[in-house]
Amino acid sequence: MAGFQSAAQVQRVRAEAARPWLSPINRRRWQNFKANRRGYWSLWIFLGLFVLSLFAEFIANDKPIIASYKGELLFPVVVDYPEEKFGGFLAVTDYRDPFIQEEIEANGWMIWPPIRYSYRTVNSEIPEAAPAKPSWLYTKEERCSRYPLGVDDPNCTMGNWNWLGTDDQARDVLARVIYGFRISVLFGLVLTAASAVIGVSAGAVQGYFGGWTDLIFQRFIEIWSSIPVLYLILIIAAVLPPGFWILLGIMLLFSWVAFVGVVRAEFLRARNFEYVAAARALGVPNRTIMFRHLLPNAMVATLTFLPFILNGSITTLTSLDFLGFGLPPGSPSLGELLRQGQRNLNAPWLGITGFLTLSVMLSLLIFIGEAVRDAFDPRKTFR
Amino acid sequence: MTSPLLSIRNLSVAFTQGDRETLAVDRVSFDIRPGETVALVGESGSGKSVTALSVLKLLPYPAASHPSGEILYGGRDLLAADENHLRRVRGNEISMIFQEPMTSLNPLHTLEKQVGEVLKVHRGMSDRAARERTLELLKQVGIREAEKRLGAFPHQLSGGQRQRVMIAMALANEPKLLIADEPTTALDVTVQAQILELLARLKREQNLSMLFITHDLGIVRKVADRVCVMTGGRIVETGATADIFSNPQHEYTRHLLAAEPKGEPPRSDPSAKKVLEGDNIKVWFPIKKGLLRRTVDHVKGVDGVDVTVRAGQTLGVVGESGSGKTTLGLALSRMIASEGEIRFRGEPINRRSFRQMRPLRREMQIVFQDPYGSLSPRMSVAEIIQEGLKIHEPGLSAEERDRQVVEVLEEVGLDPEARFRYPHEFSGGQRQRIAIARAMVLKPRFVMLDEPTSALDMSVQAQVVDLLRDLQKRHQLAYLFISHDLKVVRALANEVIVMRAGKVVEAGPADQIFHAPKTDYTKALIAAAFDIATAPTGVVSE
Repeated sequence: MAGFQSAAQVQRVRAEAARPWLSPINRRRWQNFKANRRGYWSLWIFLGLFVLSLFAEFIANDKPIIASYKGELLFPVVVDYPEEKFGGFLAVTDYRDPFIQEEIEANGWMIWPPIRYSYRTVNSEIPEAAPAKPSWLYTKEERCSRYPLGVDDPNCTMGNWNWLGTDDQARDVLARVIYGFRISVLFGLVLTAASAVIGVSAGAVQGYFGGWTDLIFQRFIEIWSSIPVLYLILIIAAVLPPGFWILLGIMLLFSWVAFVGVVRAEFLRARNFEYVAAARALGVPNRTIMFRHLLPNAMVATLTFLPFILNGSITTLTSLDFLGFGLPPGSPSLGELLRQGQRNLNAPWLGITGFLTLSVMLSLLIFIGEAVRDAFDPRKTFR
Repeated sequence: MTSPLLSIRNLSVAFTQGDRETLAVDRVSFDIRPGETVALVGESGSGKSVTALSVLKLLPYPAASHPSGEILYGGRDLLAADENHLRRVRGNEISMIFQEPMTSLNPLHTLEKQVGEVLKVHRGMSDRAARERTLELLKQVGIREAEKRLGAFPHQLSGGQRQRVMIAMALANEPKLLIADEPTTALDVTVQAQILELLARLKREQNLSMLFITHDLGIVRKVADRVCVMTGGRIVETGATADIFSNPQHEYTRHLLAAEPKGEPPRSDPSAKKVLEGDNIKVWFPIKKGLLRRTVDHVKGVDGVDVTVRAGQTLGVVGESGSGKTTLGLALSRMIASEGEIRFRGEPINRRSFRQMRPLRREMQIVFQDPYGSLSPRMSVAEIIQEGLKIHEPGLSAEERDRQVVEVLEEVGLDPEARFRYPHEFSGGQRQRIAIARAMVLKPRFVMLDEPTSALDMSVQAQVVDLLRDLQKRHQLAYLFISHDLKVVRALANEVIVMRAGKVVEAGPADQIFHAPKTDYTKALIAAAFDIATAPTGVVSE
């Protein structure tokens, strides 16, 4: 009865030659992920913010996106035109200069991004000494008081508002937040991806081969991870010129260790699985076994870890920036914003902005992480 | 007729997963009278364990629910009872023992604490009283030198002893009903016989009622007064044990009874070509001690075994667990290091490295015990079967590989369309067929079969045995068949070696071993397997 019905049972399934692009298990995971509404929405909000910030140059910049000058179509956002093109003498055009603006407007037109400041643009028209309050806290007269033509000045528009005020060097906070968000997330992503690659490979080799390889590597990691990372970064940062890639390299030296434990444990467990033994009995080479049979097992643990590691990386970068050992001076960074907030307690918009940006970003990532964890939880069956 | 102790009326169990609801048990009714043993028999997935677990409401609620039914015990419906009442019943009046004695004991507690805790919690006994009662219980369940064992941890006990301790814990509060969920499935046949005898004795002495869940009809015949045959969540037949066995009414019962592995092994042919030979095979695991990790002694996994496997013939390797059967098989197929010469088709292979072995892997294949573990859950059936082809015949085109996969799937009795699906969509028997197909697609000459039928239901076992015999005949395969299940070995092997503690106890033609065993150990194995009879102490492990 239960016997040769097997063949018949199989027959009942239609000949599905074309397989769906998601395997059944991944489809179930996606369903579980979606079932966590908070994480699902967080993912979309985060992706939206991140994609927007990737186009930061088109949102907040001190150059017009497109300009037409004497019949020629110009793209100042992507191309640096020398000022002599517009009758000036500087090597790089300052489009915020009223003279250049009048010149272009007289011979064509230009479209500005919604925020006319880049992260390093100094706003020389703020109504009081920097840090200046958000523009909407001033009356129109106050706001335009420093422009040459006062209230009637064509530059005293919404585009030149400082929506979140300026910092103590008269730079627009909103522009710096947008650029800072981008650099933080990119830094976190690159660091996480790179440490995942290194950590997973190291863990895989240790777990798969075991024995002496494992023993020696484990002792090395114990010593390595007992080095006080933050101090070391401070020392190295004092010697090497700090920059995006240098910081990334230094932090990568230590962050890969986080993955080793999980992946190693997963490989140690799975290398004795019967299907791994079966592959070995088929004569499958070690490297193929590790990639095809073992890595997918470890991926679940790794992917679950990923959002939290990403969070950790961002936090570390922020704290280094806050201490002043992070990205070079002048770069847009959330840590630097927090530091300004701490130094200028009379300008609460700095601290509040920094705090809100960071907490929203980190919360979104944690919520996504929770949903990912749910998605990969094999025991999660209902709800 | 006495009134029933436990009465199950129209019990249904449904599981909700996502928005899908599956009915696992469908309106099941039966009674258990005082002092009676009722057996629930069925194959895996028939709903017998779920029925038993719902008696004590141990299912994962709220994923599980009871659309209908009542479970009457002592005049109260347990399904409607509150948690307080249930707690009083659980472990006190109705207790339960499970299949897996390895994991049902807390590894961090001594026996005294393990058993004593039950007494202290339910009875409020003092330490001293609990200790005395624990000792008494351990003696009752046949743990020898119980005083010395009080301080022992679970890992210091054998599987059989652990199951005895589980039974002691279950009996601690003198329950009226014991639910035994496949209590001997994870044990050796010899130990199984001992545990069953213990349960029978306890039932006699204490007038215990038992609900016994098993898939093994041999056990049912031995222990049960009445039998309920379950399939697909329903009870299809109920009756006294003798009636069911002598006069089965339902088609499914007859099918179950007829499901023993049958057929004759290949005829012995001493002139057949030797495929694999092993001389004086030794696998010793070193025991290292001290700071310098010097080897002080060895665990002799396999200790000087000679084997010859011939084309078209089957060598059966039998023995209790831990006797070194699988280790021997792995050593012969060069999956683990060993001493002694191994020749494959006349050529010594014991000095080859893993890499040098690779070309030979094609001709030496292994089929593993657990069809759930031996197929990668992330690969489709086609990918699983093709894996070996890709390595050993890298020149094949995709179409040619696909053609071979189709061919081999048909050969093992599966629909070729199955190749687009994933292992989890198949039953145990079908999976084992896929595992066999994976080995067969390479056209091997030697196949090591490591308990390939142990994880399967009885009726599926018989089919897999038929399939293996069929393939052997067609391709003149040499089998090394490792099993603790003598019934299956009898149906497949024409030569048998009996192993104990790494050594060969007895070897010879299968007929001679089964009909005229020489050693007490072999006799005990055969008695336990075919008659579920216990051997005198000391002959087999406990």
